Amino acid sequence: MKVSYFPGCTLKTKAKDLDNYARKCAEVLGVTLEEIPAWQCCGGVFTTSRDEIATKLSSVRALNDAKQKGQPLVSVCSACHNVIKQTNAAMQNDEEFAFKVNNYISPDEYHGETKVYHYLELLRDVIGFDKLKEKVVKPLTGRKIAAYYGCLLLRPGKVMAMDDVENPTIMEDLIRALGAEPVVYAYRNECCGGYIALESKELAKEKSQKVTSNAQEKGAEAIVTACPLCRYNLIKNGTEVPVVYFTELLAEALGIKE
Amino acid sequence: MENSKQNLCNEIVRRSGVNPRKCMKCGKCSGTCPAYDEMEYHPHQFVYMVETGDIEPLLNSKSIYRCLTCFACVDRCPRGVEPAKLVEAVRLAVVREQGKNHLKADDIPELLDEELPQQAIVSALRKYSK
Amino acid sequence: MQRIGVFVCWCGSNIAGTVDVAKVAEALKSEPGVVLSTNYQYMCSQAGQEMIKEAVKEHKLTGLVICSCSPRMHEATFRKTAAAAGINPYMVEIANIREQCSWIHKDMEEGTEKAIVLGRTAIAKVNLNAPLTPGESPVTKRALVIGGGIAGIQTALDIADAGFYVDIVEKKPTIGGKMAQLDKTFPTLDCAACILTPKMVDVAQHERIRIFSYSEVESVKGFVGNFDVTIRKKARYVKEDVCTGCGLCTEKCPQKKVPNEFNLGMDNRRAIYIPFAQAVPKVATIDADYCTMLKTGKCGVCSKVCTAKAIDYTQKDEFIEEKYGAIVAATGFNPISMDKFDEFAYSQSKDVITSLEFERLMNAAGPTAGKLLRPSDGVHPHKIVFVQCVGSRCASCAEKGKEYCSKICCMYTAKHAMLTRDKYPDTDVTVFYIDVRTPGKQFDEFYRRAVEEYGVHYIKGMVGKVSPEGNKLIVQGSDLIANKQLKIEADLVVLAAAIEPDKSARPLATMLTASMDTNDFFTEAHPKLRPVESPTAGIFLSGACQGPKDIPETVSQAGAAAAKVIGLLAKDKLTGNPCVAHSDEMMCNGCSSCEKVCPYGAITYSDKEFRGPNRTTLIRRVASVNEAICQGCGCCTVACPSGAMDLKGFASKQIMAEVDAICK
Repeated sequence: MKVSYFPGCTLKTKAKDLDNYARKCAEVLGVTLEEIPAWQCCGGVFTTSRDEIATKLSSVRALNDAKQKGQPLVSVCSACHNVIKQTNAAMQNDEEFAFKVNNYISPDEYHGETKVYHYLELLRDVIGFDKLKEKVVKPLTGRKIAAYYGCLLLRPGKVMAMDDVENPTIMEDLIRALGAEPVVYAYRNECCGGYIALESKELAKEKSQKVTSNAQEKGAEAIVTACPLCRYNLIKNGTEVPVVYFTELLAEALGIKE
Repeated sequence: MENSKQNLCNEIVRRSGVNPRKCMKCGKCSGTCPAYDEMEYHPHQFVYMVETGDIEPLLNSKSIYRCLTCFACVDRCPRGVEPAKLVEAVRLAVVREQGKNHLKADDIPELLDEELPQQAIVSALRKYSK
Repeated sequence: MQRIGVFVCWCGSNIAGTVDVAKVAEALKSEPGVVLSTNYQYMCSQAGQEMIKEAVKEHKLTGLVICSCSPRMHEATFRKTAAAAGINPYMVEIANIREQCSWIHKDMEEGTEKAIVLGRTAIAKVNLNAPLTPGESPVTKRALVIGGGIAGIQTALDIADAGFYVDIVEKKPTIGGKMAQLDKTFPTLDCAACILTPKMVDVAQHERIRIFSYSEVESVKGFVGNFDVTIRKKARYVKEDVCTGCGLCTEKCPQKKVPNEFNLGMDNRRAIYIPFAQAVPKVATIDADYCTMLKTGKCGVCSKVCTAKAIDYTQKDEFIEEKYGAIVAATGFNPISMDKFDEFAYSQSKDVITSLEFERLMNAAGPTAGKLLRPSDGVHPHKIVFVQCVGSRCASCAEKGKEYCSKICCMYTAKHAMLTRDKYPDTDVTVFYIDVRTPGKQFDEFYRRAVEEYGVHYIKGMVGKVSPEGNKLIVQGSDLIANKQLKIEADLVVLAAAIEPDKSARPLATMLTASMDTNDFFTEAHPKLRPVESPTAGIFLSGACQGPKDIPETVSQAGAAAAKVIGLLAKDKLTGNPCVAHSDEMMCNGCSSCEKVCPYGAITYSDKEFRGPNRTTLIRRVASVNEAICQGCGCCTVACPSGAMDLKGFASKQIMAEVDAICK
């Protein structure tokens, strides 16, 4: 199976592990990630204002490219995924907005036809955790792993529609499929501080430390995330605990990563 | 003057798609906000002040740069008010004015460190600058 | 030719504000058959009705058109007026120029024009009306009450005390409902069991009341006065008439790990159980999902220890058929699931509980024998936070919460807070509230006492997040008065979960053809004037199945429902609706289309002899309608391909005349 793939800026530089392992694991699982040609940066955050057009064009172009190929669009980075999915929803539901955007991508017209998956959704809904479990060669038995969702992966819940916003299970189910034991803690869906790290180190520290210490207190040996900025904040500003991308964990269990 | 303020208020409401009248003043948004202590005006106050047309203080407040856009208030609001969208619309009203960029490209090198992902910079630029 | 009188009502300014009533009366004067057309301020008042009666006499009227409010409101009133004036009541037509006209139009000219058209339509119909005489049907003098909580109990007792037989169907092994699970009751703080259990005993001992416990309504047929109901008595594997309720089996059963629903799963019971000490009937029940004997055929301990020989592993569900004149829905409520509200960490910590769970923790017969202990570690909590409105007043998404106010939470939270402070003065109690709603006798005084005498901290604001950290719960919430975000280290968090109708109500409503609102509460025939009756005749509503209610209100409503049932059962015969279907045998081609669509089973076919040409006799199969069963819905008239089936009072030619009048 082939899907369109939007890696995003950070995955080409600071978060190469997120990208590399995503591709390799997908191959093992029988899915080819076909990178969108000449993709442009998603902008990192979705601007909720209805009159913001230009900032959403890169997402729409990627979505439209996938539509032309008749493929779903997959991204791994939480931020890219959030921007693309929210943009797609706006193209479906806000006619006035879609009309303005379509002026830019003429002669094509796009109205949110592309199915958008986060890589985790690809694993759960397309491949299936049961199938994934069969491919695990090095189960992570005995390891206690905490999933960190942050905010971008789940919210706004109505649009992202990936999981229960307050009690998500997708990453825990993944961790379980890989043979490890998931650790549930209250701060897994609270903000790490995000880009406020640039403005207020203290706030970023406070937020990140809450997350890492809460996870550690509940017994986590490591934290997994899908977001490069979350990972940065948790490592830089949190308490000492290993923070890795979920794709690294996946690669390890599939025997791709040592 | 009064009129132009009201116009801006209407514009903010239109742009955000938020109907502040839906608010039942329970304060759950502010109860859940992770940036609360950094803010002079809190999410529920944004909603109330836009509803009553008292937006001047918001335009001049650093609070508009403190929202993390984490959408916790959006998802947890029992009435579907979506305060974060309102904060964003107020911030846009400011940064869209000439020379009002909160983060300038020249400031960035100073903020960088070895591990900082690009994502942080593009996000901040999108939030703080036009 | 009819002699029709037209009476245009102002309804004060309700109609006259947007409809020029004088102009309407004037315009309708020239319609065919009209001999009088006039207007008056309140047609439904005594003066208005007298005016109609005198006009009938003076002008020798044979038909009446009243241009007023909805026929649902006053059709009956004007039919009575007509009868009193000596005209057949079915010679009256109502033109609804209020709900369908003045209330929805703002423009006087438009409103007036439409009112004239509606009046003209009614006149066209009256011109074709014929006098109708309703038939009669007998009344079965027995009532069925569905649900054995305090609502059902009170309704049953009141009906039975008036001399009628009542059956209660309760799906659980005992009656008592939610009230049996409560500790104390506001605002007087009497113990729930002390005031409920005597009533349960009254029910059990009442010579005119039968209890079908562990039973469900399987099907309902018939109509007001004559319902045929099938009740499924679920197999409890214990002979009800033999079991003495000694409870020995419930002590000896080796299957000890069954979550005890009476204590909301906070402790365990055995596979054979009696829900609580004062259960009625006090009879054991085997939980087939957990019983080793029923599942594997190996065990039989309960049977061995039972001296009364009451255990019967071969028992099957039993079906009982009974006739009733009236049915009362009293299916009650449940707290909503907290699954979608995990920002309050209900699934993450045992020390985040719902208010109903708190009731059990405070109750002497509860899992902690009435000692307030944390479910996680059995330690006494020193700091308790109550969160109000969890899932109530929640408009953001229907799948998460409920848009309505659950009504009872403000008061029971004040009660919980007060009782905690009274019993454990060393425990600090904080309540987060959006509004404190205490309309009710002695209610606000009660709440103020919690604050002023018992020192409960009330904080205006909502909790945004609860985080279990260590053995504490960090409660982060708004204090809107102080304009602060609070972080409170609590030992126990109690959520006032919204309440919703019991899940059994929806399928029951379908069986009863009783209407419900979007929240699955039963709708009343009129929200103000007929609050305990369903719009479906013979179906009555008692308690929280109609809307959130506290105990005082439930008991009042239960009594009101009983009064309505008694009013019905006291009649020997019911006057039917004469607007029923009628088949013209000469036109009927015997196709059975009508029989198939009739929802009431009112149509039957039979072979009849008809006279054919040349003195021959033909046998034809034709339809006939049982007028006592027909409800006048009209399905058959639409299904009939030959035009043989027609509805009295709503004949096709009458409807066509109305349509023509509109299109004129």
